[in-house]
Amino acid sequence: MGILKKLFGGSDACVQQLPAGTVTVDRQGRVVTSTVSSTFPQPLLHAIGRDVLELFREARAGQMALAEVSLHFGSLRITARELRGGAIIFLFPQSAMSAQKNARQ
Amino acid sequence: METRHKILLLDDDADWLALCREQLAILPSRPEIFTAGNAKRALALLESEKVRVLISDLKMPRIDGLQMISIVRRRFPSIRTVVLSGLEDEEYRSRAYALGVDLFWLKSEMQRNAKLFNECVEALLGQSDRDGDTGFRGLQSKSLMDIIQMECLSRASTVLRVTRGPLVAKLWIQDGELRDAECEGARGEAAFRRLLAWKTGAFENLPPEPDRERTIERPVNALLLESAQSIDETNQPAPDAESEETSLHRKTMWKLAQLTREGAEFVVMVSLEKGDSEGLGTQNVSALAGWTRRAAEIARRLGDRLEAGPLSHIAGEGLDRQTVMLVHGDRAFLVGWPADPVENLLDKSRKLVASWES
Repeated sequence: MGILKKLFGGSDACVQQLPAGTVTVDRQGRVVTSTVSSTFPQPLLHAIGRDVLELFREARAGQMALAEVSLHFGSLRITARELRGGAIIFLFPQSAMSAQKNARQ
Repeated sequence: METRHKILLLDDDADWLALCREQLAILPSRPEIFTAGNAKRALALLESEKVRVLISDLKMPRIDGLQMISIVRRRFPSIRTVVLSGLEDEEYRSRAYALGVDLFWLKSEMQRNAKLFNECVEALLGQSDRDGDTGFRGLQSKSLMDIIQMECLSRASTVLRVTRGPLVAKLWIQDGELRDAECEGARGEAAFRRLLAWKTGAFENLPPEPDRERTIERPVNALLLESAQSIDETNQPAPDAESEETSLHRKTMWKLAQLTREGAEFVVMVSLEKGDSEGLGTQNVSALAGWTRRAAEIARRLGDRLEAGPLSHIAGEGLDRQTVMLVHGDRAFLVGWPADPVENLLDKSRKLVASWES
């Protein structure tokens, strides 16, 4: 009976839900507060925090200090504000129509 | 008995249908107007009525506008098709024209230029009448030079609107003579030469404007010949260092003029594969190029991990300035703008980048 599970049960392919909500990270990239669903993988949330902080850090190094940065993807907008070395990050999943609207912003 | 032309309006928004019906009812030829809320109903109407012009929305449930147009072009090839959509993405415009639609209008533009829209539809109705359901349609693999020559040889009067991504150019042709041109902020012969350097794009015919002021006096064939020679020379390697230097200087001056005209502070272009970069308007090219390259890497990594789709752009705001980063193939562009609010920042950045690339 277990043979079917062995053959077909190992696959972990799934559709990942896009994160929605707000995250604050400290200057080390640790998540301080989050309103993103707890089902969203925490390592990915940490990765977002780290990458956003890197964008701010690299901008400072390039003498182009940024207070806010927005990454516009096809189905997700990530807006981050610098916060005393850390950041507050807003995650907005985009529908077909809102993506059009945001693309013009 | 005089037969009235028939127009079919297709949109899933009943209020919009009512508005369009009201607007088209004032057309001089007084066409008979049918409406359909979905593609199935529209197809049934096309089977039963001899419709001349179909005006369709794109975003609709079940069968969308592009599918509908593809069906209509196959099953009713004599029907003139117009897309009237709220989707501003240039990709939809290109896809619609690739399917062979006669006109593509944005709903917002149509509301602003209701008179022009009516004239376009009236021209389509008249065209069908004149052609008597015969003639050929569709132009593929033709260069812009071919299209202009065709319009002029046929002694046509029209306004040729050419789009290439966010860039728009117009040519005014009256009785087969080129009267005026507008392209990337230039006018007259300079605009015409600039337009002929475009390698790709989409075009559409707008109603003629006979009162347009004439800025081009030379015959179109002379201009076409001159442009063809100039393009050939550009494509060939420079014969000596001096002319190469002159050509580089001319390009730099052109790019600077574009930058100033749009009001941007700087543009930095980075080749993501080769790693080289160039910039104008800033002393800090290497540092800004470094950030651009890093930001492109981070965005690609994040996009892949989150399965968030392709990157459209990255917008940044600082105390001194705003920035927009765009990725075009294997190149990334960082455009710097003043910190004061700038209208249509993204559109302006896209225009600048498209112009820069050309």
